[in-house]
Amino acid sequence: MVKAKDLTDQEYLYGHKACPGCGLGTIGRLALKILGERTIVGLPASCMSTVTTIYPQMNYSVPSLTMAFAGTGALLTGMSAGLKAQGITDAYVLGIAGDGGTADIGLQALSGAVERGDDFIYICYDNEAYMNTGVQRSSLTPIGAHTTNSPAGTASYGKKNPKKNLFEIMIAHRIPYAATASSAYPYDFMNKMEKTKNIKGPKFIHIMCPCPTGWGFASDLTVEIGKLAVETGMWYLAEYENGKVKMNVVPKTLKPLEEYLKTQRRFRHLTAENIQLIQEHRDREWELIRERWL
Amino acid sequence: MNNKSKSGHLDFLNGDEAVAYGARLCRPHVIAVYPITPQTIVVEKIAEFVANNEMTCEYIHVESEHSAMCAAMGASLVGARAFTATSSQGLAYMHEMLHYVSGSRFPIVMMNANRTLAAPWNIFGDQRDSLSQRDTGWIQAYVENGQEALDMIIQAYALAEDDRVYTPVMVNLDGFVNTHTFELVHIPTQEEVDAFLPPFKSKNAVDFHHPRSFCMTASTEWNMEFRYQQQEAMDRAKGVIAEVDKRFGDHFGRYYGGMVEEIRCEDAEVVLVGMGSVVGTSRIVVDRLREKGLKVGLVKLRFYRPFPREYFKGLSGRVKAMGVIDRDISFGYEGAVASDIKSALASAGVVPKVINYIAGIAGRDITKENIEGMYDKLFSFIQGKDEKEMQFIGLRW
Repeated sequence: MVKAKDLTDQEYLYGHKACPGCGLGTIGRLALKILGERTIVGLPASCMSTVTTIYPQMNYSVPSLTMAFAGTGALLTGMSAGLKAQGITDAYVLGIAGDGGTADIGLQALSGAVERGDDFIYICYDNEAYMNTGVQRSSLTPIGAHTTNSPAGTASYGKKNPKKNLFEIMIAHRIPYAATASSAYPYDFMNKMEKTKNIKGPKFIHIMCPCPTGWGFASDLTVEIGKLAVETGMWYLAEYENGKVKMNVVPKTLKPLEEYLKTQRRFRHLTAENIQLIQEHRDREWELIRERWL
Repeated sequence: MNNKSKSGHLDFLNGDEAVAYGARLCRPHVIAVYPITPQTIVVEKIAEFVANNEMTCEYIHVESEHSAMCAAMGASLVGARAFTATSSQGLAYMHEMLHYVSGSRFPIVMMNANRTLAAPWNIFGDQRDSLSQRDTGWIQAYVENGQEALDMIIQAYALAEDDRVYTPVMVNLDGFVNTHTFELVHIPTQEEVDAFLPPFKSKNAVDFHHPRSFCMTASTEWNMEFRYQQQEAMDRAKGVIAEVDKRFGDHFGRYYGGMVEEIRCEDAEVVLVGMGSVVGTSRIVVDRLREKGLKVGLVKLRFYRPFPREYFKGLSGRVKAMGVIDRDISFGYEGAVASDIKSALASAGVVPKVINYIAGIAGRDITKENIEGMYDKLFSFIQGKDEKEMQFIGLRW
């Protein structure tokens, strides 16, 4: 188990330009503290690349490369193959991509890389919309969320469709290791990162990353809202390993959905009827979780 | 082209196989490829080499051409020598990545089997695919036959990895006419190639002791300076192309002339300019017409980027008319090669008459008779007859 006192004082991601309260800086910082200096970071177009790699103010003290939006999976494949071909076996290849860059435009490249069994760690930080371009919906935006291209209006309750299940897509690949995580649960995340170091092949972590700017909440509430997402069952922490899913946190009873929704501007427009619809989706997901994994 | 090499052996290969042998001899660490006709034989042949332990490399079965170039870029980032090959729709699909690779200065080598672009859908050859990638910052070479294909892959690495260049190179072969046509090809020995092309020691790769960010964001304050450096590298590449050609010739006994080869242009009144396989056919026509006493010449354009502007400036005062064969067309204007040649001629002051021949689209044959007709028109043009500046050759109507 990872302990705070054992973490290195060395910072590998420092001085970035993320919005106040963004969970992203924490995710990158902790992930690199676990993996250490022999890590190469690949980043597609995303908040992460935008806030960390603007020449000449480079924020990584490990090697990094900014990649085309669709190409993260293939980039990681190439880096991994290039290292292997040169006999370099003591370095980690790490991709950090957003929800759109992973579940939408980057899904083909990711699926290819996982199917080939290439050796890399892929972190999808999920702030549930295209935040870098100004809060447009992705396939990981939850149902009912207002975004700038799925706005709430007299004929719309926001995003029409429920969130795609990326964790299960990875399980369908029979990937060696996949997990969900949250920036509000740093130890859980670091322990999962620690595990990836000793597993060969593709490793995938889908981490929830609340976004004050895009979701509409005060910048000191990031952790609280991340926790509420888990406590209300809108997000869950799980691992897939050796062909089995393990739920890491199972709330005894799910808190009322409203407690989560009311904290954020993106859900402010929802009527009782809309909330009922979202709750039905949540409950159906949890039925599936209970049937299969608990 | 002479075969003076003392070692190696001759084999009966098609153009794709020649490329595969060329790639093998360069010892790339990583090959990331996605199959597309008429490039597929390259993919298959290299897979056979690897399967039979005749080649040691990481062979990546990517799921798209976009990913092929992403993977090649990742490999180059960690200091590996990378190779890929594609064609037509595949090249178009990886378009975005061509910019990424050249802009971040990764010396990747790619073979492209020239094939037309849909729609209408067709698998046969023309050069619209690669010529429409003009502004992606890649060096583009066009070869005439299988031997030149093999040799050019080797030269491409020497050129791309030169400190003064660090720019990716695309080696183009006409689809089917080159890729699927069998010829006797001389395959040099591994030792010969190793002596010519040293192991890749990238200056643009990850170093854990001196971590850098690659391919990063460059703001308006800096971006233009990166572009300026790319242009400077392309300008320097002109000299390096000549050097590499000379060094290759001294080493293997085959010289290609660098950016252009002149064929019987001394005292020529009219010349044709072509790229790729059409040059082979045109050589025969030139010889035939010369036997008849006609003062005709032929210019084989070997590099489209960087473009040999200075050469064409020099040629402008020597000839009365010039025909440019384009296996492509920029709709609404003319052939891409003709435009560039005219632009070079205009800067010379003395401008010969130019006819742009649009020919060989989507694999239509360019026959010896077609080429003779092109010369005929150039002669009547200089004798004052009206000729259209741009003409389709071999059209049904």
